[in-house]
Amino acid sequence: MLLTVDHVTRYSYDRPVRAVMQSHRLTPSVFDGQKVRDWTVTVTDGIPGGAFRDGAGDRVQGWTVKGPVSGIEVRVTGTVETLDLAGVLRGHREVVPPEVYLVETAPTAADAALRAVAAAAMGTDGPLAVAHRLAAAVADAIAYRPGATHAHTTAAEALALGEGVCQDHAHALIAAARVAGLPARYVSGYLFADSDGVAHEAAHAWAEIFVAGLGWVGFDPANRCCPDDRYIRLGSGLDAQDAAPIRGIARGTGAESLDVTVAVLALQQ
Amino acid sequence: MTQYFNEMYQGGKVRAPYARLEDWMKAMPAALRTLKQAEAEDLFRRIGITFAVYGEGGDPDRLIPFDMFPRVFTGAEWARLEKGIKQRARALNAFLVDVYQRGEIVRAGRVPSRLVYQNEAYEKAVAGIRPPKGVYSHIVGIDIVRTGPDEFFVLEDNCRTPSGVSYMLENREIMMRMFPDLFRENRIEPVEKYPEILRRTLASVAPEKCSGEPTVVLLTPGHFNSAYYEHSFLADLMGIELVEGQDLFVEGEFVWMRTTEGPKKVDVIYRRIDDAFIDPLCFRPDSMLGVPGLMDVYRSGGVTICSAPGAGVADDKAVYTFVPEMIRFYLGEEPILQNVPTWQCGKSDDLRYVLDNLSELVVKEVHGSGGYGMLVGPKSTKDQVEAFRAKIMADPGNYIAQPTLALSTTPTFVAEGVAPRHVDLRPYCLVGERIELVPGALTRVALKEGSLVVNSSQGGGVKDTWVLAE
Repeated sequence: MLLTVDHVTRYSYDRPVRAVMQSHRLTPSVFDGQKVRDWTVTVTDGIPGGAFRDGAGDRVQGWTVKGPVSGIEVRVTGTVETLDLAGVLRGHREVVPPEVYLVETAPTAADAALRAVAAAAMGTDGPLAVAHRLAAAVADAIAYRPGATHAHTTAAEALALGEGVCQDHAHALIAAARVAGLPARYVSGYLFADSDGVAHEAAHAWAEIFVAGLGWVGFDPANRCCPDDRYIRLGSGLDAQDAAPIRGIARGTGAESLDVTVAVLALQQ
Repeated sequence: MTQYFNEMYQGGKVRAPYARLEDWMKAMPAALRTLKQAEAEDLFRRIGITFAVYGEGGDPDRLIPFDMFPRVFTGAEWARLEKGIKQRARALNAFLVDVYQRGEIVRAGRVPSRLVYQNEAYEKAVAGIRPPKGVYSHIVGIDIVRTGPDEFFVLEDNCRTPSGVSYMLENREIMMRMFPDLFRENRIEPVEKYPEILRRTLASVAPEKCSGEPTVVLLTPGHFNSAYYEHSFLADLMGIELVEGQDLFVEGEFVWMRTTEGPKKVDVIYRRIDDAFIDPLCFRPDSMLGVPGLMDVYRSGGVTICSAPGAGVADDKAVYTFVPEMIRFYLGEEPILQNVPTWQCGKSDDLRYVLDNLSELVVKEVHGSGGYGMLVGPKSTKDQVEAFRAKIMADPGNYIAQPTLALSTTPTFVAEGVAPRHVDLRPYCLVGERIELVPGALTRVALKEGSLVVNSSQGGGVKDTWVLAE
């Protein structure tokens, strides 16, 4: 597919701040499933820092905005050609060994219920089958309901609640997969999801599980599928915070408010 | 009864390096000694040197006792130590470069991958980064004990930000002020070049983007930190700025320092802040101590951070076991300094041995420091041993065990006169374009009779450490 993205994040401060510093992972990953036609990130009055590719293969770029500033806009626009690789992250270059992604973090800490999900999915039919069962179990256990959870809800809390959004699905799947001995990580990106006529979050998140022999494979419990050509992958991490497309901080006392709009469209080819 | 190596007396005779000190000791009346000791303490108080040695905890404002009786090495003894220390510092840095790149030592099966990649000190954020000159740990503090004339063992490595070097410098300064004659009678190698060599080492790892003379700063968490005195002391001696996070900021591709003449670009940061706190955009988002955006500048080559983030993966107590393997693997050499034999309680065979011999062993927490949470079997009561047994069994992977080492003794001034007390040694090896070691170190002494724990939080003191010129 040929997908276009227009992603705008507006930060406003009720009192001007002295400076804003951000770290971005807002560039599509380089792998066989996606090819960037054009891609631009702009930051109002932003000074770009040195860009680099980190050990996980993500393109990272720092930005600073000199104050006094009462608001900035981060705008991401571009076109990406995508292929359906059935979730397999083929041709992605990274240095970090999969084993690093066995480490538990606070939002992905496993409790008894998550360990039970993992135990029920175990089997002798190989890690790929286990991963599929884990993803299905998480999708069954957590119903999609926006507003039921918040940014700091943990995997264990979302599972207990039985409701959540894509972040909660991904965290729960990651936590259970790690218990099952499978390296797992959080992936942030975009989803073109208007084809079924129902509105979905276009800024999306899912999980990847490392399957020996295949490599990293994406699983999206929120949509009960593996990422295909409707998905654009940006970056990964141990959990949502570690994989955040934008991490930022403002120097000053002004309270921040945030407004995000994301439009992902398919172009006729 | 364990035999301890006495560094001054062997078979009733004085060992050569201590010969002149015996005369000095005998010629000093008790009254003068008391006077001198009071003078030394007064000097320390006036200087304000009252901090705890790395990670030891305890009251940060308490004065660490200073013992006036120097500890002495011959030039030949030191030459061998120096070789061994530098060898270890090279291997530790080679290991760090490797595990953040291809991890050859893990692929070769020489170090278990779990110990490296699931280590809490492994920083995914710096994977693939090769710091300037391939150095992660620029100041390697290696804790060494002596058990015989030619027997030295490494207890642990400190690759992050080992502290205590200001004691090495101050102990010498105070001894020279109080006993100038001693320094005329003995040919003692100087240590006062340390700050200059440290500054040169830091400047030698400036990033490629830096042209001209690099600007080096020392980043401290602030005056409430127990080692703040050392931070300001070292910055002062090196002639560099002592800064806190709020004095630095990121703009564009570089880090800048606020000065009265406007922003000044910073090229090398000697940080005394832990990884988790140096950049809220990369590590702990709630940190107020660091510099937002610093890691992006570092990773894109705009600034050097010393020690490099992620260096801690080389110095945990479980990885320590494999340092001799690192020396063989990367350098193709045999280790000059030996490790203490170590049992990993996480391994079932080792655990069985440890539990069977608990009253003979020293047991430590893998991530512990400061002599807390540790069992010295031979010095513990039966109840203490049993209580510790339960702790080990509850979480075996969290413990390692070592034989109780017969730490050497050196003469130490005590209430009754002079008596042998156990000591250890922490030299500070500097790694940049070159590897350098000043001929001296911090000697810690267990002031309690019979005690083998030299940590200041557990009744330890410090001594001036001499290396005699050949």
